Amino acid sequence: MVQSTGVQRAKMSRHQRTPLKNTNNVVEVKSKFEAEYRRFALKKSGTGGFQEFYRLLQTVHRIPSVEVLLGYADIYGDLLPINNDDNFYKALSSANPLLRIIIQKRDVDEPVVFATNSLQRRKKGLAGLRPAQQKTKPGLMIGHPQDFRQISSIIDVDILPETHRRVRLHKHGTHKPLGFYIRDGVSVRVTPQGVEKVPGVFISRLVRGGLAESTGLLGVNDEILEVNGIDVDSKSLDQVTDMMVANSHNLIVTVKPANQRNNVVLRGSKVSVGGNSSSGSIGSTISHDLAPSPASQSVSHYSNSNSVAEGDSDEDGDIIIESDILPYLPDHCVSNGNGSHREFPLSSSLGQRPLPQSIFLPSSGSLSDSKASLNSLTTPTHNGSPTKTSSSQESMREDGNIITM
Amino acid sequence: MMKFRFRRQGNDPQREKIKQELFAFNKTVEHGFPHQPCALAFDPQLQLMAIGTKSGAIKIYGSPGVEFTGLHRDAAAVAQIHFLQGQGRLLSLLDDNTLHLWELGGASRDRGGAKSEGVVYLEEKRNYSLLGRPGLESCSASRVTVLLLLSSCDLLCVGTEGGGIHFLDLPRLSLRDNQSLLLDQVIIPEDYRCGKSLGPVESLQEHPKQPGKILIGYSRGLVVLWDLSTRNAEHMFLGKQQLESLVWERSGSSFVSSHSDGGYSVWAVASGNTYTHQPVSSSIPYVVLYSGGMPRASYGDRHCVTIQQDKQHVTLDFTSRVIDFFTVHTTDPEHDYDDPKALVVLLEEELVVIDLLTTGWPSVPPPYLAPLHSSAITTSCHLDNVPAKLWDRLAAAGNSQGAQPGSWPICGGKNLAPPPRQQELLLTGHEDGTVRFWNVSAVAMTPLYKLSTANVFHTDCDPNDDPLDPTNDPEALQEEEWPPFRKVGCFDPYSDDPRLGIQKISLCKYSCRLVVAGTAGQVIVLGLSDEWSDHTVDVSTVDLLQDREGFTWKGHDRLEPRASTAPFPPGFQPLVLVQALPPASVTSVMLHAEWNLVAFGTSHGFGLFDYHRRTAVLARCTLHPNDSLAMEGPLSRVKSLKKSLRQSFRRIRKSRVSGKKRPIPTPTSKIQEANAALADQEEVAPVQRRIEPRSADDSLSGVVRCLCFADTYLRDGTHHGPTLWAGTNSGSVYAYALEVPGVGSGRGRPGGEGSGCVEAVLGKEIQLMHRAPVVSVCVLDGRGKPLPEPYQASLDLATAPDMTNPHSVLIASEEQLKVFSLPKVGAKTKFKLTAHEGCRVRRVAMVTVCSTAQEDYSETSLVCLTNLGDLHLFNVPALRPQVRYDCIRKEDISGIASCVFTRNGQGFYLISPSEYQRFSLSAKVITEPLCTVELERPLETHIRSLLHTNTSGDTHSSLLETHTLLAVPGGDYNRTWPRSPTPLEGYLQPPTYHPETRPSIAHKDLRHDTTQGAGANPDRKITSVTQPTQVTHPSQGRYESAPVSQ
Repeated sequence: MVQSTGVQRAKMSRHQRTPLKNTNNVVEVKSKFEAEYRRFALKKSGTGGFQEFYRLLQTVHRIPSVEVLLGYADIYGDLLPINNDDNFYKALSSANPLLRIIIQKRDVDEPVVFATNSLQRRKKGLAGLRPAQQKTKPGLMIGHPQDFRQISSIIDVDILPETHRRVRLHKHGTHKPLGFYIRDGVSVRVTPQGVEKVPGVFISRLVRGGLAESTGLLGVNDEILEVNGIDVDSKSLDQVTDMMVANSHNLIVTVKPANQRNNVVLRGSKVSVGGNSSSGSIGSTISHDLAPSPASQSVSHYSNSNSVAEGDSDEDGDIIIESDILPYLPDHCVSNGNGSHREFPLSSSLGQRPLPQSIFLPSSGSLSDSKASLNSLTTPTHNGSPTKTSSSQESMREDGNIITM
Repeated sequence: MMKFRFRRQGNDPQREKIKQELFAFNKTVEHGFPHQPCALAFDPQLQLMAIGTKSGAIKIYGSPGVEFTGLHRDAAAVAQIHFLQGQGRLLSLLDDNTLHLWELGGASRDRGGAKSEGVVYLEEKRNYSLLGRPGLESCSASRVTVLLLLSSCDLLCVGTEGGGIHFLDLPRLSLRDNQSLLLDQVIIPEDYRCGKSLGPVESLQEHPKQPGKILIGYSRGLVVLWDLSTRNAEHMFLGKQQLESLVWERSGSSFVSSHSDGGYSVWAVASGNTYTHQPVSSSIPYVVLYSGGMPRASYGDRHCVTIQQDKQHVTLDFTSRVIDFFTVHTTDPEHDYDDPKALVVLLEEELVVIDLLTTGWPSVPPPYLAPLHSSAITTSCHLDNVPAKLWDRLAAAGNSQGAQPGSWPICGGKNLAPPPRQQELLLTGHEDGTVRFWNVSAVAMTPLYKLSTANVFHTDCDPNDDPLDPTNDPEALQEEEWPPFRKVGCFDPYSDDPRLGIQKISLCKYSCRLVVAGTAGQVIVLGLSDEWSDHTVDVSTVDLLQDREGFTWKGHDRLEPRASTAPFPPGFQPLVLVQALPPASVTSVMLHAEWNLVAFGTSHGFGLFDYHRRTAVLARCTLHPNDSLAMEGPLSRVKSLKKSLRQSFRRIRKSRVSGKKRPIPTPTSKIQEANAALADQEEVAPVQRRIEPRSADDSLSGVVRCLCFADTYLRDGTHHGPTLWAGTNSGSVYAYALEVPGVGSGRGRPGGEGSGCVEAVLGKEIQLMHRAPVVSVCVLDGRGKPLPEPYQASLDLATAPDMTNPHSVLIASEEQLKVFSLPKVGAKTKFKLTAHEGCRVRRVAMVTVCSTAQEDYSETSLVCLTNLGDLHLFNVPALRPQVRYDCIRKEDISGIASCVFTRNGQGFYLISPSEYQRFSLSAKVITEPLCTVELERPLETHIRSLLHTNTSGDTHSSLLETHTLLAVPGGDYNRTWPRSPTPLEGYLQPPTYHPETRPSIAHKDLRHDTTQGAGANPDRKITSVTQPTQVTHPSQGRYESAPVSQ
């Protein structure tokens, strides 16, 4: 099944564009670990799963005990992860004909970044890319809070008016303050009767270093229209405050940004993405657009069904400590409410498709290289899918909220 | 997804109908004493009393249960009220110079499915505003100073500040054109005139025998007897003293005038003589009543009414300002004398009734209008279905305190309300350490019993010398003092020691055990006894901090328990005193009399005490390590040091900014100044709110908000047993499994001797993720119904709880309601109220509401009052919203905080410090006044069927009753009228002496001279009730608002 060739020198196969034996059933693999390259061939049919491949690479590179993360370069030059069977097969099928594998040591200190243009930058020199790491544990690659924590997303772009923005802030797992203040103000509405001034609630201040500021999605003087799907019209400032605090673990605010120019750019970039690029990831983006995203559906529950039990995602994380033997309990276990260990059972069931999509953008040269903007720009284009991941996390959490001692 | 579609609310017509049969929101009765009363009137014929308040409300009271309330559209203070006697109509004069005519109207009301015939209520019919004569009279000149209703009730004479008198037809309230009597139409002798105006009309009085004649008193002293039919001055009395009021003698042959110097004069009305210059003098053997009139220097700060008859002389010493008073007397015109039965004094804070028939003039405890706030209310607790045993013993204990209802003199109207189905008790805890028990079974809220806890402690004041006790021996006049003062009334807002304040109450109605807990961490267990007892109280302390290091309590000390034995009167007598350490205010208390356990919580933790064995079972600290504020008690001054520092810095910054902005005041800078002010307003940073999730170390997170005992499944699904639940401010719930000897295993009697002591083992800890304060914990049985109260199950007083199906626990936090399964705690249902509505839960209660349609159908609902003052009802345990009502204004924080629910779907909240508003959520159980009044109304229309017409027809027109004020601001020269820029002439003149009436007048400095050396507060007045002529008084609102025209 697997043949390995112990080639030790670097830069061998750059120009081997037309390999001889790539006819149909063999994939040429070039893997790199630190400064070392290995080249070998894989049979397309009959290859084992991801685990087998992983072990193979460990053997090939003679790093049997090192935990690594695997990545591959797709046809657009993006570095994508390989961490389960599905994306392994995807990688195999995308070999054209060479499959370039990058192996990174799994490093706790430096979070891995798989992102758009990562390979382009890498080509210019490795400085642009954090040492891309590989994962050992299956299914924990993307969206895992330890490695890549989502802090915000723009959702429901498809159903909202252009001038509005629905932002989801993920407070869980972070120690950053939510970090914003709201105030009363006057909003101008255009009605059939003309322009009309109505009281409104606005963001008055962003705390430096807070979650809200770091997302770049909320700004001072943005008008707040909805909190978790509930219209704040006719609600007082204190009511809106209470609603936001009550939802602070999973806050979805719909704002009318004071600066409307960003809206246009966002939509424009999305359109251009849909227009000029090709292939599967785009198609799936469109399909997301057509069907309401899970987030928007769950948001609409808030407004039309009052008695919500299971559907809403957040904070079923009440911690119950049962101590039938101990007369007194140490206090420490009470407060680690947001523990990240609940995702352990997360497995390949998460599905292959949403994950890569939620992370990768089809390449587009206009996007900036800075990491901060990467975050903010990546998320909006993939409405829906990030939420899907997080809501599936929530369901995990609901299962795992009882800790028995 | 589909699940949600199916769970949509509200479209099932069947369910909607059931809801309508179950729920209805009504504000029913206002219990207690009206806030800020300012006018009083009495209809001797109908025996109804009316009280007007500063907020424009008019309340009419008759016999207990007969109440009517009306509210003026404008919230102006009611200055005067006058009854149209016998007609069920009354006139009110407001501060804004408008007259309003009110009627007791009758119509059948549809309430609760049953038509209640003959119910009468108060409604406004007409109003009238007196306009000034264009160009001639300024607005203030047309200001009404005095009203006179002729006894025929068809004409109203309106005296104004400009001196004019206008006549209005009644009940149409229309001005009789061209009949007004203006000052220039009164021809007075040239030598009297002195070029000065006669001043405002001070008094109008109808002749007691000759209906067409009225006596007009002008401020300067002139009194005119005016004939209305001939429009002619029949007689003039050229008084030279500043006039305050007039009163006729009953025969009509003389009248009495009172003056600003504190004196009064008697004038003879002799026919034929047009001018009288000098009053006659006479000694009056009458009962004389007056308020004020005290020597200012010594008693200027007292609120007094003096009763004098022959040698008897009592000066009633009140704790609040005297608003007005009247006497209840005979209405029979044939009587030679008024024969006053009772004196009713309306004070600012209470109503006092003096029995004038009984020697010694004792006070009569009112059956309603109780001053709830005699000491500020700090907590309340409601019990329904009070067993007769407890009720009778309480009533007996109350009677021994002198609360027995005497013969109430105001007995108009008829109470049609059915007798209460059950006895209901409302307990109020007060700041002075008392607990008052009120009978709230019916419309009239009557005091039943008062418990004082101060005598458990060693305090500065002697517990035997209780000044609040209204049962002062009427003869116990303080002999050494003159005038003979007598303290009357129970309003006493001053607390000797704020630590005595009652914070929480829990009462077991079956075992008659009571637990009260107070500000200094005291938890007192009391038992009911019918005899005096002389015993010591066991004292025990529970340290809630236990092993926690590094905390020092900076608040108040604990109260020192009384060392010696004290005699405890019949009623609730203390058995055990438990003191929590540190002595922070008790925030939650729960009694389980069947297990002999009391649980209490403070801001530091909670404890469990076995009062049978007198041992502490459990102490648990709930403090978060970072919580420093918890150590500074509620009375501490350092509490908000951080905050106050921040505030003062802000203030400094602000003042600097504003100082800089202030432009130099030049004549031209007016506009700039205005602009700057506008700009300032815009620049002021708007109110901001921080959006941040709660963290574990928020201050006061350890406050124990609720405690709950339940017999349920905590450890496993097969064995149930006693449990204790405690919820804190930071969203933690602790559940302990209790080992109570004799309970659980053999169902033996509680407190089985010798079988060991109670043990508590922590079973579960629940930390709500959203960390909102836990407001309530309630365990539901297998059917989803709340567990019965202690004893209810064992005594077969309630349906036994379902112990076969799994139980669940309902935890209500400020933000959401949640039901968890038991014993494995798993979320079953929840409702996120705050996330949906933006409101927060303040009060929660389980109520059982009966249907109006089906006698035996009832539903248990969770009612929840939010910080916006609205009520939400949810079904249990599904937690589906049922109905929502607006109840309390959201600004009324004390109202929301004081709200208490009853189990049958009613509730109470404070609308003022002295008044409870009662409301009902149940369509079936409504406690509201249903009463009728027999009226005799000439132009009556729609309640004809009710009228039991008096055959004598016009008796009322021949009634010889006059209303007069003898208001005498006394001779205090230092404090003149506040509205008078210059000292008044009358003040500076030496008083005219009438030695016969005031024998001691020559010794002005003597304290005896009450009428002369009068405390001249402008709000004082002297009213005299003579036997031949009854005298009442216009309200003092009129008096104050009358500037003196010079």
